[in-house]
Amino acid sequence: MSLAERSAPPAPVVDAEEAARARSARINRIAKWTLPSLVLVLSVLAWHLYVTIAEVPHYILPGPVKVAQSVVEDWAVLWPAMLVTGRLTLLALLMAILGGVALAVAFTQSKWAEMSFFPYAVILQVTPVIAIAPLLQIYVESAFVAALLCAWIVAFFPILSNTTIGLKSADHNLQDLFTIYGATRWQRLRYLAAPSALPFFLGGLKIAGGLALIGAVVAEFVIGRAGTGLGLASTLLEASYRFNFGRLYAALILISVMGVLIFAVMSIISHLSLRKWHESALKREG
Amino acid sequence: MTRQTAPLGSRAPVLAMSHIEKTFNGDVVALKDMNLSVNDGDFISLLGPSGCGKSTALRLIAGLLQPTSGTIRWAGGQAAGDLGIVFQEPTLMPWATVAQNVWLPFRLRGQSYNSVRDDILEALRLVGLEKFQNAYPRELSGGMKMRVSIARAMVTKPRLILMDEPFAALDEITRFKLNNDLLKLKEKIGCTVIFVTHSVFESVFLSDRIVVMAARPGRVIRELHVDTPYPRAEAFRTSAEYTAHTREASAALHQAMELAA
Repeated sequence: MSLAERSAPPAPVVDAEEAARARSARINRIAKWTLPSLVLVLSVLAWHLYVTIAEVPHYILPGPVKVAQSVVEDWAVLWPAMLVTGRLTLLALLMAILGGVALAVAFTQSKWAEMSFFPYAVILQVTPVIAIAPLLQIYVESAFVAALLCAWIVAFFPILSNTTIGLKSADHNLQDLFTIYGATRWQRLRYLAAPSALPFFLGGLKIAGGLALIGAVVAEFVIGRAGTGLGLASTLLEASYRFNFGRLYAALILISVMGVLIFAVMSIISHLSLRKWHESALKREG
Repeated sequence: MTRQTAPLGSRAPVLAMSHIEKTFNGDVVALKDMNLSVNDGDFISLLGPSGCGKSTALRLIAGLLQPTSGTIRWAGGQAAGDLGIVFQEPTLMPWATVAQNVWLPFRLRGQSYNSVRDDILEALRLVGLEKFQNAYPRELSGGMKMRVSIARAMVTKPRLILMDEPFAALDEITRFKLNNDLLKLKEKIGCTVIFVTHSVFESVFLSDRIVVMAARPGRVIRELHVDTPYPRAEAFRTSAEYTAHTREASAALHQAMELAA
């Protein structure tokens, strides 16, 4: 069959409203990236102009060029520091996931466990970690373990509380159905409570990722470098003592970058796990 | 595998409720002295206004509630898979595909998917959804979800299927279609059904026994028989026989409302 024999496909009918909607969707897609980028560029430019025109000395406020230079020149210091902070954060997050989920399961399996321990989980959460950190430093021999505990305390609560709510949120009719079919406790947890809890857990995970980083930074500030190696926050603190503001800003920016990276990874994990069935991950039509 | 349904009166018993009472919170009598013998092949509708205890009766039979007094006995005892249930909502697991949802009753008995795959596909074929086995519930319409729910209820070939106003939330066109399909399905697998509804028309079209119930306290006031033989098709809806039966059922329902008032 030659190409000429094929009839041309009918042109799709696009009315004015459809066209307007497509146009607005296209603009939104582009604006989502360009607008924040533009804000960033303008802010950096304003920063640079201010520092240059007002002749601000670099030990008061370094310009963006100086900070960029610091990132490059101090990379040999900053990169290992980033690894230290990153390891602390991820380890704390991992422990928070294990501890939070295990405790949530225990709470939903046993009313008595929940009644006995939930108030203490709340107390642990509402007590500012910065107030607990010095105590940890006193009582815990290893500085690394103390820092880890510090970050863990802040990160585990959102996972615990979200997962607990999630495990209890299973549809009541489905619960009845499981009863009728004689499901065991384990089957109920595995096939009903756990999948129902997944979106809640992932929501908690996103918050916990950010909090683990904050906990790690607080721990480095309070507990310091001993044993943990020099992390980004300790580097930042040390740079401020030395009036090395270029390095200070460089460390600050890298901490932010880590936070954004953690959030992005958590969002991707969340999207991949829910995209097939959960409302939050579905695109609405129209 | 078409199974012939024996005429009313000569069917083997499946389940008997005798002198069932259910009281909530010590003083709300949801069900008072209910007696019902369910026989093999029956299509029983529990018809009544809200508050008449029809859903309570269903939950008692399902074992989700325990009666305050009285007994519910399965002829020969109840085995796993003897009971299927369809709720008012489709009640599917949104994270599982259609086939996985239908697998659930088997899965909870520890049977692997592969060992029951034929049963699952057969059930989906019967409700006309074999092409959708890998779809997720969100991709289906309300009527299709309800079909999956029905497939799940019958996949174990239960002796009794309970249906709690399963089509109440659907539009009328879909409801009529599902009514027709349900009867065809019943002919094919010869199951026994207890169907809760507040629609006179639905109860007459579907059932051969209509148990009319009244509220405050919930109780059975009459049992009507619709002796029109199955298969019943769309033409039955417009027949004089159908009209006569709906008139009779409506009168009984009115009586039920007056008794409660």
